[in-house]
Amino acid sequence: MERYSGFSLFKHAFSHHENWQKAWHSPAPKPSYDVVIVGGGGHGLATAYYLAKQHGITRVAVLEKGYLGGGNTGRNTTIVRSNYLWDEAARLYDHSLSLWQGLSQELNYNVMFSQRGVLNVGHNLQDMRDIERRVNANRLNGIDAEVLDTKAVKELVPIINDSPNIRYPVHGASWQASGGVARHDAVAWGYARAANSLGVDLIQQCEVTGIRRQAGAVVGVETNLGFIAAAKVACVVAGSSGVMAAHADIRLPLESYPLQALVSEPIKPVLDTVVMSNAVHAYVSQSDKGDLVIGAGIDTYNGYGQRGSFQIIEHTVSAICELFPVFSRVRMNRSWGGVVDISPDACPIISKTMIKGLYFNCGWGTGGFKATPGSGHVFAHTIAKDQAHPIAAPFNLDRFNTGHLIDEHGAAAVAH
Amino acid sequence: MSQPNRLSVGGRIDRSKPIEFSFNKRSYEGYAGDTLASALLANGVNLVGRSFKYSRPRGIMGHGAEEANALMQLGQGAVTVPNPKATQVELYSGMVATSTNGWPSVEFDLMAWLGKLGGPFMPPGFYYKTFMFPQAWWLRYEKFIRKAAGFGHISQQPDPDIYDKLNHYCDVMVIGAGPAGISAALEAGRNGKRVILADEQCELGGSLLASQQNINGASASDWLGTAVTELASMANVVLLSRTTVFGYYDHNFLAALEQRTDHLGPTAVKGTRQRLHRIRAKAVVLATGAIERPLVFGNNDLPGVMLAQSVSAYINRYAVVPGERALIMTSNDSGYQAALDIQSAGRTVVAVVDCRYHAEGRLAQMARAAGIEVITGHGVIEACGSHSVTGAVIAPLDQAGDQITGAQRSVSCDLIAMAGGWSPVVHLSCHTGSRPVWDEQLIGFVPGPNVQQQYCAGAVVGHYTLAHALSGGAAVGAEAAGAKVPEIHFDCGDETEAQAQALFLIPHSKSVSRAPKQFVDFQNDVTAAGIELAIREGYESIEHIKRYTAMGFGTDQGKTANVNGVAIAAKALHQSIQATGTTIFRPAYTPVTFGALAGRDVGSLFDPARYTATHQWHVAQGAKFENVGQWKRPWYFPKAGETMQQTLNRECLAVRNSVGIMDASTLGKIDIQGTDAREFLNRIYTNDWSNLKPGKCRYGLMLKEDGMVFDDGVTTCLSENHFLMTTTTGGAAEVLAWLELWQQTEWPELEVYFTSVTDHWVTYSLVGPNSRKVLEQLCNDVDLSAEAFKFMDYKAGTVAGIPARICRISFTGELSFEVNVPANQGHFVWQQIIAAGEAYDITPYGTESMHILRAEKGYIIVGQDTDGSLTPQDCGMDWIVSKTKAFSFIGQRSLHRSDTARSDRKQLVGLKPKDPAAIIPEGSQIVMDPNQQIPMDMVGHVTSSYWSVCLDHGIAMGTVKAGFSRMGETVYCPLVDGRTLAAEICSPVFYDPNGERHHD
Amino acid sequence: MLQIYCPYCQELREETEFSYSGEAHIARPLEPQQLTDAQWADYLFFRTNPRGIHHEMWYHASGCRRYFNATRNTQTYEIYETYPLGQQPALTCDIGGKR
Repeated sequence: MERYSGFSLFKHAFSHHENWQKAWHSPAPKPSYDVVIVGGGGHGLATAYYLAKQHGITRVAVLEKGYLGGGNTGRNTTIVRSNYLWDEAARLYDHSLSLWQGLSQELNYNVMFSQRGVLNVGHNLQDMRDIERRVNANRLNGIDAEVLDTKAVKELVPIINDSPNIRYPVHGASWQASGGVARHDAVAWGYARAANSLGVDLIQQCEVTGIRRQAGAVVGVETNLGFIAAAKVACVVAGSSGVMAAHADIRLPLESYPLQALVSEPIKPVLDTVVMSNAVHAYVSQSDKGDLVIGAGIDTYNGYGQRGSFQIIEHTVSAICELFPVFSRVRMNRSWGGVVDISPDACPIISKTMIKGLYFNCGWGTGGFKATPGSGHVFAHTIAKDQAHPIAAPFNLDRFNTGHLIDEHGAAAVAH
Repeated sequence: MSQPNRLSVGGRIDRSKPIEFSFNKRSYEGYAGDTLASALLANGVNLVGRSFKYSRPRGIMGHGAEEANALMQLGQGAVTVPNPKATQVELYSGMVATSTNGWPSVEFDLMAWLGKLGGPFMPPGFYYKTFMFPQAWWLRYEKFIRKAAGFGHISQQPDPDIYDKLNHYCDVMVIGAGPAGISAALEAGRNGKRVILADEQCELGGSLLASQQNINGASASDWLGTAVTELASMANVVLLSRTTVFGYYDHNFLAALEQRTDHLGPTAVKGTRQRLHRIRAKAVVLATGAIERPLVFGNNDLPGVMLAQSVSAYINRYAVVPGERALIMTSNDSGYQAALDIQSAGRTVVAVVDCRYHAEGRLAQMARAAGIEVITGHGVIEACGSHSVTGAVIAPLDQAGDQITGAQRSVSCDLIAMAGGWSPVVHLSCHTGSRPVWDEQLIGFVPGPNVQQQYCAGAVVGHYTLAHALSGGAAVGAEAAGAKVPEIHFDCGDETEAQAQALFLIPHSKSVSRAPKQFVDFQNDVTAAGIELAIREGYESIEHIKRYTAMGFGTDQGKTANVNGVAIAAKALHQSIQATGTTIFRPAYTPVTFGALAGRDVGSLFDPARYTATHQWHVAQGAKFENVGQWKRPWYFPKAGETMQQTLNRECLAVRNSVGIMDASTLGKIDIQGTDAREFLNRIYTNDWSNLKPGKCRYGLMLKEDGMVFDDGVTTCLSENHFLMTTTTGGAAEVLAWLELWQQTEWPELEVYFTSVTDHWVTYSLVGPNSRKVLEQLCNDVDLSAEAFKFMDYKAGTVAGIPARICRISFTGELSFEVNVPANQGHFVWQQIIAAGEAYDITPYGTESMHILRAEKGYIIVGQDTDGSLTPQDCGMDWIVSKTKAFSFIGQRSLHRSDTARSDRKQLVGLKPKDPAAIIPEGSQIVMDPNQQIPMDMVGHVTSSYWSVCLDHGIAMGTVKAGFSRMGETVYCPLVDGRTLAAEICSPVFYDPNGERHHD
Repeated sequence: MLQIYCPYCQELREETEFSYSGEAHIARPLEPQQLTDAQWADYLFFRTNPRGIHHEMWYHASGCRRYFNATRNTQTYEIYETYPLGQQPALTCDIGGKR
């Protein structure tokens, strides 16, 4: 793999960029692999990378029915943070955050992880109690977090509406300075390139249509390109997890919903941090190109259509204009939808299943992007050792039987 | 004449109405009917901006929504708008417009040097390959990158304009009022259907507005006038001009944005600036037309390179001819129209360069007959000039248009009109989830299979001749109306057109990677070389190419770029265009103002605010309010000079020592009736309701099916089959839906009915040892004595002469009466109670004192002390969970799961600070060992915490792991400020533990 | 934005009048105490979540306040039928949501 650097760019400029190597290759599938990963999004590619890198398992194929990074990886609003309430979730997301730092260098691919800070705004007394609780928990878990009052919020975000007389005034916020955003496509591409260079086969336009089992154990997958044998099959397919589970005749505690997002036209920078408000459903940052990147609330019905209902967009934009009246004359350029798999406790499932050799990593709901490196890292361990990584252990499927849920709903830290 | 490119006759502009405007601080004059783009071109201004990445000079290339270059900063101060396209801005008097980039000026832009020098080092994706070292410097690099971000800027002042929304239902929605759309609307309208016809331009007509053709003997303009008059005369037809349908959603729902006042300029604005039309149509006719494709050749982004159709439109509609010496490059017959129009306007046509070896179509023949030189089998391979076109290089091409086959030569010109074929506007059909299909014959993507009741007519399905558009429109208009297709013949003299040639990248003598930049996406500076590089690097999916190069991500959403880009990619990948596919078009077709999407749902109308009947009294008393759900609840009632804590102390002492009154009207109230009401309560609450007699109240706890506490409240038995349930303020609607859910889905055999009566009754809690004495003055038909009216009794009577429901329930531990009267008499009763209480210094108190008083008694607040993860047992409320009910009530089974049944779960306990003066902040985390290393082992958190003036020390409640078995143990709360507060685990009942006071 | 036919009101109404209530035809076990934790969890949390035909409940919250069932395609969002509670769908599918 040729290393990327300013020097390599300089060098290639003189040959008019005619000699760049492929970032990854697109081979035909081999008849068998040690591990087949279903789903070529960020999480699946990261899993493949860490399987090869950390566990030396390189007979790995990533099967993607469309194109790499084409699902939620390339559709989300790219917020990265780790200020989760519950210990289990905080550990998982903070593990991920620590991998984000240095990811560009590790992959030799600039994922533009930009630690411009994340504000979670509170609008009533209970919001602020929840924020205090979460920030205290974060600090004692070693996660950087602060509670800011309205004045401090205004200093960070001068364009926010801090009037006490609006319908839901800004009472304050939590602040995680180490949070931020990253370039979503680059994460998928960076992992793809790095995994491929370690020997992982990346097979696009390959749709899994069945999971073949013998005597209660996985033996491979049926695909549109034929049968591919593997003793371990790991599904990392987000919204399509229910479909994949049905291939193995099991059900999951998940439902798939449309989640929409939108961007404005590019405008000169006015917003340096990420601002999130669960109470009024407004999630916004400004990209390096100048677009306002805005996450909408979730649609209410099950849907795989990668599109949602218009009133969700209307409500989201109302909330944005309420919080940032100066955005009223900005224009929406594009809106779109993804399919998010929501679990009953708004926490992921990183787990073995009752079928030997079948693993699922799903249920990330509206907030999976931020976990990409950590998710891949602990899932690779779980697959390689056939035993949950300690950080992944609480996120097993069995918790739905025992009732040991990790309920992020209660903490208002659910979305994005 | 100040408008050198303006023709003296023709066009739809009004020469009697000159309009002054300024662009980049220079003043110009245009005419009513101009767009900003046509007025600039009339004045010979065609350097309007600098490109995004390489800062190259850019001019106007189109005449409508397809424009990629001419993004403006329009207006000043609070009304400034970033990024409108000059081609879509109607000129108004006093308009102030500027370019969105270029420093110090758009003519002399320093960034251009960076673009020229740095360009070779900035291929697509260069930022993925660099700025990685050192790791910590990314934010510094990014600060520099962000300086170049964005086009226009926003004002820091609030938007002075208002926006509104209108909902429509119609039979036939026709989108696009060109020939096909007008024809369709006429037929649907004539059949009596409710029709809406919308078009983005200021006038209906589309291409007819610039057409020189005849329709059945009449000029296009006259035919249009007659048609619009007929449409306007139909009561069942709504005509919406300046209205862009920007989104086509499920079940034939459409969203359209109407520009109502933008064309008047900010000073003339009255009413709403823009209106969002929300339209539900039984049938939709897409008559969205087609956009002409640019041709991709070297330096094709120079100002002076324009779309041929746009050149025709400027000449015929605006009487502006944007050049002196024009060279036309075409792959189809359309370019000849531009040549004819330019020549008719009295300017020179240098030649028409046609890549086809044979150009014998009707228009080509007309051009030759007019003496225009036609050079077949050639292509323009490069435009010349530094800031605008001064010439072009042409060369002979092979038949496929892939190779240069002979010597190239230069020609001099100042305008290159390019006609690269048509791209049907399939965007809206794509919004519905339908993928467009490549048509080899038409050389364009056409709408895929319909997924909704949708019809297409005109250029969007490749009916490019005027006659075909008109007849096709009439046919689908009738079809959409469910009527017979009429036999109308349209004679426009254009029934035939010669076959176009597919030409997506004109070869250069140098290879693509070394040729002068051949632009595909002008706005995002994406070149043919960039697309090939992306593929070379393995980004082979069209979506990867789009994302890697940013093709189609602009504010024009690649309207002119996509097909060329897809085709160039297909060729590089050696696969078909159909197999390569296209990226997915998403709403909005053109950008939509946020303010219009928000409409009136901002400010105080962002969310409804709910007020109690006594709200104005609270306001008059100077109450501070708290938002609870949508309700405005009095939080506390400060008197002059009091701190908040002083107010709370006063309010609490009044309640404990004399009498206080609280407006509890926001509590949810559900009237429950039916012979099975009691059985229903047994199933939905954890406790037993079998023996609750009429005239009695009982506290109930509701669980979700997962066993976690969901809501609570007191339910009163009014009569054997009639109950009144109260819920938490925020939970009322959800609880009602919850009751309905179970009754309707699982237990339809139970006869029970639910009615929300929250707004029908006010609830006033009269609380304290003197509460009885106050109420006695107003109530003479109920025996209020302790013997006759016991704790948890309910009685009907009158208060101040008003029929009232009175309950002896208490959320404070004091003697108290809850008085419920009809809401419209509530304010009167409140005033009477206040007057009667004067002798006892009756004190209104708010939610904060209520919280303190209940915490002193250890009563929970659902949603504050619970968070959806606590069972009744976790809350220390096992006493309210029936063990004997026959029916397995909602949530019961979940309480016995292995994890929920554990005895060492987090449990709700009292916490008494070791320092009696301390108030532990709510939300503090609890640890057993304050000296451990981070990450600490947290055992719970403080849910409620207050200063108790009655007890003269701080009190708190919180969850602690296995807290019930740790009574008396010390826990610690490490605070943000570095302090650590110690507290003792205790019973949460701090005050009157034996409950003697409320039984008085 | 969906348009939904309420089988009680017998009118097509806008989605905003309704609230979604999840998969339909999941009967509450008659004797929950007899179930294992896993069986109970299956009732509580596990769903078919098909891509394709889905039977689901809607609540006409701002209308007649009644729950009803709908058969809807979760990929195209087409609603094939709505029908009152207690009735069976005319259109059925296998576990994967296909006809």
